Amino acid sequence: MSPEPYLGDTARTPIRHHILSVLVENKPGVLARIAGLFARRGFNIYSLAVAPAESHARFSRVTIVVDAESAPLEQIVGQLDKLVNVVAISDLSPRDALERELLIASVPVDDGSRLAVLDTITRGGASIVDVGATSVTVMLAGTPGACDELERSLEDFREVELHRTGRVALPRLG
Amino acid sequence: MVQLTGAQALIKSLEQEGVDTIFGLPGGAILPVYDPLIDSTIRHILVRHEQGAGHMAEGYALATGRPGVAMVTSGPGATNIVTPIGNAHMDSTPLVVITGQVATAAIGTDAFQECDITGITMGITKHNFLVQSAQEIPRAVAAAFHLATTGRPGPVLIDVPKDVTQSMMDWWYPATVEEYDLPGYRPEVELDGETVARAVALINDSERPLLYVGGGTLKSNAANELLAFAERTGMPVVTTLMARGSFPDSHEQHLGMPGMHGMYTAVTAIQKSDLLISLGARFDDRVTGKISAFAADAKVIHVDIDKAEFNKVRRADVAIQSNVAAALVALDAAQAMPRNLDVWWKTINTWRDQYPLVYDAPQADGPLRPQHVIEAIAAKAAPGTIVSSGVGQHQMWASQHWKFEEPRTWINSGGAGTMGFGVPAAIGAKVGQPDRTVWCIDGDGCFQMTAQELVTARSEGIPIKVAILNNAYLGMVRQWQEMFYEERYSEVYLSADLPDYVKWAEAMGCVGLRARTLKEMHDVIDQANAINDVPVVIDFRTDASEKVFPMVASGASNDEIMVHPSQRGELR
Repeated sequence: MSPEPYLGDTARTPIRHHILSVLVENKPGVLARIAGLFARRGFNIYSLAVAPAESHARFSRVTIVVDAESAPLEQIVGQLDKLVNVVAISDLSPRDALERELLIASVPVDDGSRLAVLDTITRGGASIVDVGATSVTVMLAGTPGACDELERSLEDFREVELHRTGRVALPRLG
Repeated sequence: MVQLTGAQALIKSLEQEGVDTIFGLPGGAILPVYDPLIDSTIRHILVRHEQGAGHMAEGYALATGRPGVAMVTSGPGATNIVTPIGNAHMDSTPLVVITGQVATAAIGTDAFQECDITGITMGITKHNFLVQSAQEIPRAVAAAFHLATTGRPGPVLIDVPKDVTQSMMDWWYPATVEEYDLPGYRPEVELDGETVARAVALINDSERPLLYVGGGTLKSNAANELLAFAERTGMPVVTTLMARGSFPDSHEQHLGMPGMHGMYTAVTAIQKSDLLISLGARFDDRVTGKISAFAADAKVIHVDIDKAEFNKVRRADVAIQSNVAAALVALDAAQAMPRNLDVWWKTINTWRDQYPLVYDAPQADGPLRPQHVIEAIAAKAAPGTIVSSGVGQHQMWASQHWKFEEPRTWINSGGAGTMGFGVPAAIGAKVGQPDRTVWCIDGDGCFQMTAQELVTARSEGIPIKVAILNNAYLGMVRQWQEMFYEERYSEVYLSADLPDYVKWAEAMGCVGLRARTLKEMHDVIDQANAINDVPVVIDFRTDASEKVFPMVASGASNDEIMVHPSQRGELR
């Protein structure tokens, strides 16, 4: 994994990244094969999302955001395609891809910070999904850029616990 | 429906795949499979160390073109065969390795002799399977042989838990590839006519073309197609370490081996070419030297079955994804023809005349010249003799000085450079080709790593011949220390007399011979050739100061090739 944070594609895209949507057999060890391949060939992964694909339990879809500067995309795709459990690879350039990501965060609130927190959540397009005595849990399903912006604005508050899923993507229509 | 145990199904599946030999060693987790083996027609070669089983299976595969099969137990049995699996992976050798595993319920508990061999070998197999039920054994075996032998060949491992081999199944066997359940595996692709046409255009435009022939040419059995294409077009040919034997060394168009210890003419012709036609080669660093200086003026046509090889090291102007044989047939059918090559050949022949392969004159009283020993063995060897080697100086000398005339007569460890490969690989080759003479040209360092397999050879009746070029050193490391570390020799001395190779050979039931002088050298070779019932080991006492030339230093440009000192116009 790269120590560099991925900065998203709405604000600016300083890094050459590509999205590989990889259909794999849903078998034990497949994720280890993919991760192992990336590690031993020195390819960088920015994010990775895995879930069963379509209605079949037979296949899973792995969405990998790769750093196309760590290795030529042709090499990454060529080596990935050699994994016997990899059924199909679509290579989506950010321009042609519809990308979405889910962010959830638990934000401590007290009387002093409540208004500011609510304001940040509203402006970031997030919604509140859980409320406790001293914190709220918010979520945002949106573009990676929107998630980046919300993450940055939540940095104003202390002790925020934040998780992002990594992105999933489909080709844009038309 | 016939009910079988998983173990019976495993053996029967191997029989279905036409397996005639398994190299292996039993142990706890694989025990159930060794019982039905007694009733099988398959020959089992009981090795003395699991690494031997793996290298024997490789030697068998390289000598026959059929997949080699090895079977070992779990834990240390499995980890002992990791080196051969890695070796086969680097050299694209078809292997099927079966490992026992602890019972399914014990997996993950750190049970006795448990190890995660599928995890360990993930990066060095083409694919591996952990079989979950006895019913799945036939599919796993059929798929493993299909994967190992098609596309770019390679090792496939099947890990079988003990309860799986002990439980019952209804016998079946997959009849079609569809039943292998490999939805992501498409080894063969259609040759693209437009790509072939672009390659033809490059060839037709070339004045200094060169056929850069790699191991894929042997894998696809393309020697005849190569000969036809080379002779019709008149192009010069170089064969890499992995491709030796794919084009006759005696052929006028053959310039020999390229690379770090390649022929001056082969290396220089690559550098000066205007078109490299790479046939199943992968631009290994031992061939290219400094990559930015490699064949700088050449366009590249890259033929490979594996598209991940394209543009990995060197950008290809035209990449043809195909097996070598089919690509050559297509290029031939399109009548690809370079321009007049007279000037190119005139230049090449100047290099040939100026820098032939040479070594210092033999001395009657010894020490022997290792190159001379190899040439003397070759001169007295029957046609079709198979040669294996370990890794190091002796390997390079064997590749340089033996004249290979046909495919599958040169068995060596190329990509991985595995010391100790020679003896077990020779045994495997002899099992696969029992009617051929098999010589192992070995070094003293390599021999000590796997020599115990000569016990296997003797007890199984596999009469190989082993020539130890005994210079009392880890010779290649010594050469580097002499040339690049100011003769500061660090941990490379082994002693010529310890062990006593003759006594060791005799203790293993082999004939042991020794030669120090020229006369003894000829005598022992004759004696070895007269023995065909037991293995023979010869301790040839060779000159430790001999170095392999030509040489391109690691990381240097091929243009900086160092020829033999006698050719440098200076005193040694």
